[in-house]
Amino acid sequence: MAVCVAVIAKENYPLYIRSTPTENELKFHYMVHTSLDVVDEKISAMGKALVDQRELYLGLLYPTEDYKVYGYVTNSKVKFVMVVDSSNTALRDNEIRSMFRKLHNSYTDVMCNPFYNPGDRIQSRFVCLGRAFDNMVTSMMIPVC
Amino acid sequence: MDASEEPLPPVIYTMENKPIVTCAGDQNLFTSVYPTLSQQLPREPMEWRRSYGRAPKMIHLESNFVQFKEELLPKEGNKALLTFPFLHIYWTECCDTEVYKATVKDDLTKWQNVLKAHSSVDWLIVIVENDAKKKNKTNILPRTSIVDKIRNDFCNKQSDRCVVLSDPLKDSSRTQESWNAFLTKLRTLLLMSFTKNLGKFEDDMRTLREKRTEPGWSFCEYFMVQEELAFVFEMLQQFEDALVQYDELDALFSQYVVNFGAGDGANWLTFFCQPVKSWNGLILRKPIDMEKRESIQRREATLLDLRSYLFSRQCTLLLFLQRPWEVAQRALELLHNCVQELKLLEVSVPPGALDCWVFLSCLEVLQRIEGCCDRAQIDSNIAHTVGLWSYATEKLKSLGYLCGLVSEKGPNSEDLNRTVDLLAGLGAERPETANTAQSPYKKLKEALSSVEAFEKHYLDLSHATIEMYTSIGRIRSAKFVGKDLAEFYMRKKAPQKAEIYLQGALKNYLAEGWALPITHTRKQLAECQKHLGQIENYLQSSSLLASDCHLTEEERKHFCQEILDFASQPSDSPGHKIVLPMHSFAQLRDLHFDPSNAVVHVGGVLSIEITMYSQMPVPVHVEQIVVNVHFSIEKNSYRKTAEWLTKHKTANGIINFPPETAAFPVSQNSLPALELHEMLERSPSDNSLNTTGIICRNVHMLLRRQESSSSLEMPSGLALEEGPHVLRCSLVTLEPGANKITFRTQAKEPGTYTLRQLCASVGSVWFVLPHIYPIVQYDVYSQEPQLHVEPLADSLLAGIPQKVKFTVTTGHYTIKNGDSLQLSNAEAMLILCPVESRAVVYSNTREQSSDAALRIQSSDKVTSISLPAAPAYHVIEFELEVLSLPSAPALGGESDMLGTPEPHRKHKDKQKTGHCMVTTDHKVSIDCPWSIYSTVIALTFSVPFRTTHALLSSGTRKYVQVCVENLSELDFQLSDSYLVDTGDSTDLQLVPLNTQSQQVNMADLRVSFSAENRRHIHSKQSLFFVWELKWTEEPPPSLHCRFSVGFSPASEEQLSISLKPYTYEFQVENFFTLYNVKAEISPPSGMEYCRTGSLCSLEVLITRLSDLLEVDKDEALTESDEHVTTKLMYEVVDNSSNWAVCGKSCGVISMPVAAQATHRVHMEVMPLFAGYLPLPDVRLFKYLPHHSAHSSQLDADSWIENDSLSVDKHGDEQPDSSSLKSRGSVHSVCSSEHKGLPMPRLQALPAGQVFNSSSGTQVLVIPSQDDHVLEVSVT
Repeated sequence: MAVCVAVIAKENYPLYIRSTPTENELKFHYMVHTSLDVVDEKISAMGKALVDQRELYLGLLYPTEDYKVYGYVTNSKVKFVMVVDSSNTALRDNEIRSMFRKLHNSYTDVMCNPFYNPGDRIQSRFVCLGRAFDNMVTSMMIPVC
Repeated sequence: MDASEEPLPPVIYTMENKPIVTCAGDQNLFTSVYPTLSQQLPREPMEWRRSYGRAPKMIHLESNFVQFKEELLPKEGNKALLTFPFLHIYWTECCDTEVYKATVKDDLTKWQNVLKAHSSVDWLIVIVENDAKKKNKTNILPRTSIVDKIRNDFCNKQSDRCVVLSDPLKDSSRTQESWNAFLTKLRTLLLMSFTKNLGKFEDDMRTLREKRTEPGWSFCEYFMVQEELAFVFEMLQQFEDALVQYDELDALFSQYVVNFGAGDGANWLTFFCQPVKSWNGLILRKPIDMEKRESIQRREATLLDLRSYLFSRQCTLLLFLQRPWEVAQRALELLHNCVQELKLLEVSVPPGALDCWVFLSCLEVLQRIEGCCDRAQIDSNIAHTVGLWSYATEKLKSLGYLCGLVSEKGPNSEDLNRTVDLLAGLGAERPETANTAQSPYKKLKEALSSVEAFEKHYLDLSHATIEMYTSIGRIRSAKFVGKDLAEFYMRKKAPQKAEIYLQGALKNYLAEGWALPITHTRKQLAECQKHLGQIENYLQSSSLLASDCHLTEEERKHFCQEILDFASQPSDSPGHKIVLPMHSFAQLRDLHFDPSNAVVHVGGVLSIEITMYSQMPVPVHVEQIVVNVHFSIEKNSYRKTAEWLTKHKTANGIINFPPETAAFPVSQNSLPALELHEMLERSPSDNSLNTTGIICRNVHMLLRRQESSSSLEMPSGLALEEGPHVLRCSLVTLEPGANKITFRTQAKEPGTYTLRQLCASVGSVWFVLPHIYPIVQYDVYSQEPQLHVEPLADSLLAGIPQKVKFTVTTGHYTIKNGDSLQLSNAEAMLILCPVESRAVVYSNTREQSSDAALRIQSSDKVTSISLPAAPAYHVIEFELEVLSLPSAPALGGESDMLGTPEPHRKHKDKQKTGHCMVTTDHKVSIDCPWSIYSTVIALTFSVPFRTTHALLSSGTRKYVQVCVENLSELDFQLSDSYLVDTGDSTDLQLVPLNTQSQQVNMADLRVSFSAENRRHIHSKQSLFFVWELKWTEEPPPSLHCRFSVGFSPASEEQLSISLKPYTYEFQVENFFTLYNVKAEISPPSGMEYCRTGSLCSLEVLITRLSDLLEVDKDEALTESDEHVTTKLMYEVVDNSSNWAVCGKSCGVISMPVAAQATHRVHMEVMPLFAGYLPLPDVRLFKYLPHHSAHSSQLDADSWIENDSLSVDKHGDEQPDSSSLKSRGSVHSVCSSEHKGLPMPRLQALPAGQVFNSSSGTQVLVIPSQDDHVLEVSVT
């Protein structure tokens, strides 16, 4: 389970960012924003690799004392960043990967919605647009164990 | 490789460890060969095949040769591997059997027994041969015998355990060979021993590990065992394998901690949970930290001790493996991990202790890496180390906060106590670093010692970290550290230093659109600006924060109040304005013009209503809201005309402004979308299209320079425009949310007014919207008075009353009572004065404002129309009826009077005839009250009818037919048709046949006949009138007629005035019949019918019907005796090619001019087709003598010839040039023939003089048997 999930546009502004309500939201905003440095670094390092063989999952961006920040980038350079509590040792790489894949699928659904303007913030107040996405994120933030 | 500084102990633990090989037997001998042996052994690598499928390795073997002692052999259960002797060698150079038997054999046996007792099977016996020794002794057994003996005695089945080394100290090839064989054997045996013993050790170790669930199992014990293996691998220079051992231990321990966290606690682990008492950081300068190792061995190590020791070993191995960057990365992971593990195990840690430990460890790792890499390497690998720097900075900061070193006043006693406790936990500095000036220990101790020292160290670290982040492009991280630094400066009350970091961070967040960080940073910046006394900047930040929806209501109110407080302060310098951008204060949502087309005339009132959306959390009293207006005199005068006004209407006059996108990211990549618009430029005179194209409305946005330095916060570009034209609204209270504000203005000068700036002033604070976009304009115009006169219908019709619309556009002129239009009357045009005529006055926006009766006074010359009073910029409209008196159209019938116009008409397009109305223009001159000049207006009237006439004959009886065609769109009613002879002949009578007969129009439509002698003639219809001509005496040679018919529009019931009838005059000449022509075809004699292909006889009978008349008197008339004759030419022509005329088809006859004189002509004709065939035409011409100079007429024969020729040619018309040429040549020949010859002239007889009594008759022709041959030839 994640403590913060963010979708960031190609131009690096947040399309969606949500953190567990119990924690300081601002802290995660700063954290996710700072993690973009590493995302950019990893993307530019990946640029040399063949595009079709590229791995979308960027792995651990950087650990902090309390959190682990993972990254994922779509082919259209939309970034997903997930912050996980460091003490949560049950989450392995594979779980993170599958969470990202789920996030990506949900994001694709949002993009496929004809009422969604690509580049707009994903807001849950629009029923059937952001709502499904929001619910999916909520399910990822609920502790599994 | 770090050489050990410690003195070599007998038992080892240094990197100088080598596998132990014992030497027994002749020690002197061994000492003599030792140098060569220790030098030669590692020279060549040997392949080491590994168990458990591990990859084989090439390995350079070295050994530590020690003298054999029984104590060296491991006792049962001893797991030590480092001290384990892997091979035992017995050295002897015995070559004497006696000596062997006496001493060597016993010695060997003893040695063997000891080995056997310790079940050691790795041994080797070396026999060194020396030629020199052999020669000295005479009774020497052959060498082999000793070797054989030894082999026999000790090496049963293991003959390879005994080797011979010949002359080891000589330099011969034999010696070399012997050495090589020996060394190979030695290496092989060593590796065999390794494989066997290490395998056994690993098995034991695994067994031990499997017991880890048993209660008594101790991690520390196991740790020591596995580390033994790691040591051996390290000893064998297999660092990779050694590292694996430590990683396995690491993972095992981590798993235990995790399991402990999950409630599955192991007993031994509780020992690691003891409170942390020492936090002196990692020690990486020694290869092995014996102190910590021993504490582990003694099971006294804390978690931090274990972790530290484990990491120091991993670090050492990684450095051996030349992977310093992995050390940095692992270090960061380790530090995070340790902090987590301590939390997980709920180990009690004094506050700040971990921060100290982490700080020291970070610096220790960094210094260790720096110690083994050069500057260039470090600089290119900042990405790996910067995390440690950042972490150290963070920890030092929190230590500073903890120990009260950041506060303004400095640490208090509680802080000092805490500091002392923390320093106590560091213990004494370790001897390795005692001499180093910059050791982590010294740094920390110094940093915690005083506020100044802390600041120095913290700034050093922060700057270094920021610099490193910046150099590797991690701008966001750098900004984030910078923000921490800014916070530090703010606490140290140095806002001027904090500002730059906050600005930098804010710019970064704004550029990428991160709302929450923006708000947070801006709040910090606002505080900083407040401290710095930057009033404008602070007010601007405050306005932005007051409108920020991410803040709480209280915070927003606070910042709003800050602005209001400032605004209400009496300004020290009056007139000084603080200009702030509008968008954070309020947003312009829409604008509404009244009148909605935003066009007013001079003096008119325009109101502009704007909707402003206030972003402030509380109502704000605004002293005034001002719109600056730019005035330009309109160049294109067309825009100001009344036409333009009516055509250009914006959709209900509302202009919407796009919402401000200030909060949205202004990224370089996301440029605004192109706003493309179609542009059509029309000519002002006739509204025709001049140019067309596409224009981009927001070029200034798209082509703007991408300035990285453009500050997003500074109101740098804001300038208040001061101009003479201003719209103002005073004392407005802007409630939160939408507010409507109305401006009123009276238009003064004509021109275009563009709304430029919107300002709202609150005290000395001015909120300015520098550009109102999209462009909003209103127009003021002034207009000359104008009069338009135009028909209501498409075209005016002559003869009937027609409505004409008068439009007076007053412009700037005010129509007073008594103003009138003076119309000078045209002669043939009447202005009718209806009783109920009203004029309607409209305002400029086409709203009816009043209407009044129109007073019209007519005199002979002038019609005066008094206009109703109307204010300026209004429109007066009224209608008048005018009547164009019909004048008889000029006679067109003179040229083809007697010819039937029917065939000509047929060729004309029906559509075309409709448009060919005859028109007359009437000019009216109008005097307008506003001008001294007269306006001349031309009105064009069309005559609705076209009239043609025709003369019809029946023998000698004559009829006149008049056809009236209605060309207009209207239906008419015709009445009282008359045909009057205007000539002087008295005995001529015109008998109308119209009353009885039904009239049929051209389109074969029945025209109803009304009882009152009225007939309807619909649009596009024709009506025929027929009169019979009757005379008693000799008919006159010509007849002048006038046809007149009354008409009125069919739709209208009653007309106020009587209309003039429509008249048509024409002339008919030579209408009396002189000759009757009769043709008859009879079948060949004996046949009942004519047959195709057979000759038939044609008889033409020409009969003179009258005696000599006036009309006969011409050149053809010859008078001989009493007979008067005239010459006629007849011609038989069959244009439809039904007949072939055989022989002469024409001839000249002399015709007596007397009644009933008859001429008969016979001819042969052949029918070409079967069926009822019309007779061929018989034409009559007057044959005039040749003396008259008419060149156009032709000889009869050549006419025929030419005619047939042209008929021939007609059959195969080909477009190729040769045929055209040939035809042209034939013509030219013909014409040259006729030239010069004096030819008689032919003159056609007027149609009225010849009556063909057989026209229309047909002859039946039946087909012959072989008609198909003929058909082929004809077609």
